[in-house]
Amino acid sequence: MGTVLRLQEVTKRFSGLLVNDHVSFSIDENELVGLIGPNGAGKTTLFNCISGYYAPSEGRVVFNETDITGWAPNAVCHLGLVRTFQVVRPIKQMTVLENVMIGSLCRAASIDMARQSALGVLEECGLIDKRDMLASSLTLVDCKRLEIARAWATKPRLLLLDEVMAGLTQVEMQAAVALVRRIKATGVALLIVEHVMEILVPLVDRMVVLDQGRKIAEGNPKAVLSDPYVISAYLGGELHAGS
Amino acid sequence: MIETLGQVLTNGILMGLIYSLVAIGLTLIWGVMDLANFAHGEFLMLGMYLAYWTYSLLHIDPLFAAPLAAAIFFLLGLVVYRVVVKPVMKSSALSRILVTFGLGVILSNLALFLWTPNFRSVQKPLLEGTMVIGFLRLPSGKLVVSLISLGVSLALYFFLLKTRTGRALRAVAMDADAAALVGVNVEKLFALAFGLGIGCAGLAGCLLAEFNYVAPTVGSVFSLLAFAAVALGGFGSIPGAVIGGLLIGLGEAFGGFLAGPAYKYVVVYGIYLLVLFVRPKGLMGW
Amino acid sequence: MVGGSYKPRMLTPVLIATGAAIALGLPLVLKAPFSLHVLIMFCVYGVLGEAWNILGGYAGQISLGHTVFFGIGAYTSTVLLLTRGVSPWIGMVVGIVVSIVASLAIGSLCFRLNGKYFVIATIAVLQIVQTLVTCAQSLGGASGLSVPVRNESLASFQFNSSKVPYAYIAILMLAVAVFVVARLDRSRSGYYFRVIRESKEVAESLGINTVVYKLYAIVLSAALASAAGTFYAQYVLFIDPNSAFSYPMAIKMCLLAVLGGVGTVWGPVVGALILIPLSEISRAYIGGGGQGIDLIIYGLLMTLIAIYRPDGIAGLIIRGRPKTGGERRATLGHGSTSSGSN
Repeated sequence: MGTVLRLQEVTKRFSGLLVNDHVSFSIDENELVGLIGPNGAGKTTLFNCISGYYAPSEGRVVFNETDITGWAPNAVCHLGLVRTFQVVRPIKQMTVLENVMIGSLCRAASIDMARQSALGVLEECGLIDKRDMLASSLTLVDCKRLEIARAWATKPRLLLLDEVMAGLTQVEMQAAVALVRRIKATGVALLIVEHVMEILVPLVDRMVVLDQGRKIAEGNPKAVLSDPYVISAYLGGELHAGS
Repeated sequence: MIETLGQVLTNGILMGLIYSLVAIGLTLIWGVMDLANFAHGEFLMLGMYLAYWTYSLLHIDPLFAAPLAAAIFFLLGLVVYRVVVKPVMKSSALSRILVTFGLGVILSNLALFLWTPNFRSVQKPLLEGTMVIGFLRLPSGKLVVSLISLGVSLALYFFLLKTRTGRALRAVAMDADAAALVGVNVEKLFALAFGLGIGCAGLAGCLLAEFNYVAPTVGSVFSLLAFAAVALGGFGSIPGAVIGGLLIGLGEAFGGFLAGPAYKYVVVYGIYLLVLFVRPKGLMGW
Repeated sequence: MVGGSYKPRMLTPVLIATGAAIALGLPLVLKAPFSLHVLIMFCVYGVLGEAWNILGGYAGQISLGHTVFFGIGAYTSTVLLLTRGVSPWIGMVVGIVVSIVASLAIGSLCFRLNGKYFVIATIAVLQIVQTLVTCAQSLGGASGLSVPVRNESLASFQFNSSKVPYAYIAILMLAVAVFVVARLDRSRSGYYFRVIRESKEVAESLGINTVVYKLYAIVLSAALASAAGTFYAQYVLFIDPNSAFSYPMAIKMCLLAVLGGVGTVWGPVVGALILIPLSEISRAYIGGGGQGIDLIIYGLLMTLIAIYRPDGIAGLIIRGRPKTGGERRATLGHGSTSSGSN
């Protein structure tokens, strides 16, 4: 069991505002880690630091023993680290299939091979029937599925999912969880940011909690959620079950 | 030598203040609506023609026509917003660029067609003389227009800073969605911003007619100068637009002085490109 | 628009044969020099439209100063011919090289600017170059340069007795341009361009080196425009800063592509088919004062298309109804006013 990702004292400042404060944790191969914390805790910023959209002010990001601190997102993607975006961004003028092909093209040597690979991913994600639909005509749920499919098509070793459950109904959330499990089953490690606790607890292997930029807890989901320090970090001392 | 430099400096500041007024209109639209008004210079040009025709037909000096120009162009801005701009506010970047760009092309060529490319000018403006202070020569027309521009700029600045509507405009500029959530009527403010922006352009044009030549091609020159000023000062920032305007005025004056009049615009565009590369957000913008 | 799944019907043998027949036969059928002139200008603008389309239509980087490469092509070949007697064909190649270098420089500097700022930068670059050339006496200054009249031949790239050879060369150039774009449309680069156009962040997240691909787009685009410039110089036999680095021409290039459909293979050709005959005819019949009119119509078209038919004519044919701006965002829930600036 190798370590896929190791964050060492990752810190990010914006003109004096400290958004990530010496965050350290690691993710092992094929592990599913949940990243939670109240709003403003710095979760998306951390994602951006890991995936190359921001360069950390201090600290290191090590991916598969390679120091990728400050690397550009496209370089990081080629190594096998890919992320989705909270606000989904499908390529509207292209079909569902073409959208996923963009992801596949990262690994495929030709358009045809990319198409084959993309069809396989669409099948797994339940979008195969919609493959020739324009992405602009998809519902929100399908857009989110497309976002995940597209990222998955790049054959990552570590997939970062940013609040994929937001705005989904209970039924849709169950389908999303099933998809995440299927992705994990293929050997991919995952780091997911979520607010919906009841979904996360049965799903993740480990949880990391951020509050005001600092990591305040880490470990087994149930243990972490009963940690009084974690409970008080959230508003009103009660953890929200909904998003 | 000092005298010459001083004169060049003064020329630069005088024109710079006028550029500031034009730039403020542009930056207001840009900041509040996230829209690049490629037709800005053309509205300025129309303001010039308005001044010219009121002078020719009604014998009213541009300086007196100015308040009228401001009002007319403000209303024109509201109409243009409703008819042309509003439909594309949620469209792609390309559409938004093309809409105002196309409008600019229509206006400048319409002027070309209606009024011919011939340069015109107000023959006997109210302020014809030149004030002499020490070794500085200050053409009266240009001086008064500059001061009026400064006055209007300051008025707009305080409007944005102190009044409720002004603050609402700034809120929308920072985050339209958040402003909408707090109950601000974003739609109306877009219209207002556009109206004010076009009003500034038309007003500046009318004032410029006091001493500048009037021609359909004038629009594109001022457009680019205004964009350069706004880029320098930072898109969305009014103080930035003023500073940018002054810098462009100075750049034009010194560029013309050092490199020759033919090259003065090269210097201006050169400054613009330089600033963009070094500080893509401009000196003070967000 | 629908890039990769653009039905290959466009390239079926029947259509190719018909197209070739028309291409080969038309210059012979059109007897009047004016008709040939319209055909030639249609081809030149078609090439320019396709060139613009690569950078602006596919990759989404809107340049309104693209005639800078056209001018470089025209001036390079002409200057080489005048000073060293270099064949215009070689001059064309050299012009392309110079344009490519210029495009790399412009791209490297300007691509870090997003959408709107990039547009203005391209206009500024064009103005600067036009002014510098106007002031450069060694390049003919404001009076321009005349291409020396030489013996009529393919080698000398000059045909004085008839426009027909020019027409064939122009058609060939257009065919090459369309071919280049058609290959691009279905290639990895074509796909990547479309992603870059939509969002730089998404492109980067999927492993695309946006800087490299944008440079690739501007290089291809510049090369095509430059070749058209050399052709134009040899056809008109006179160039000056106003016509070679023309701002109205830069607008037309963009308009053609938008009218016909940005990001499609045939869009610029369709756009040119509609605009160029109109423009040439109106210029011939209305004369000098009419100059303003055709631009008024362009401006009107541009504005109307942007509001009502952003997909252009090709979009009409493919999809049959207008895509309004509202529709684009309706399904996605993020209604912020910031547009997709890359």
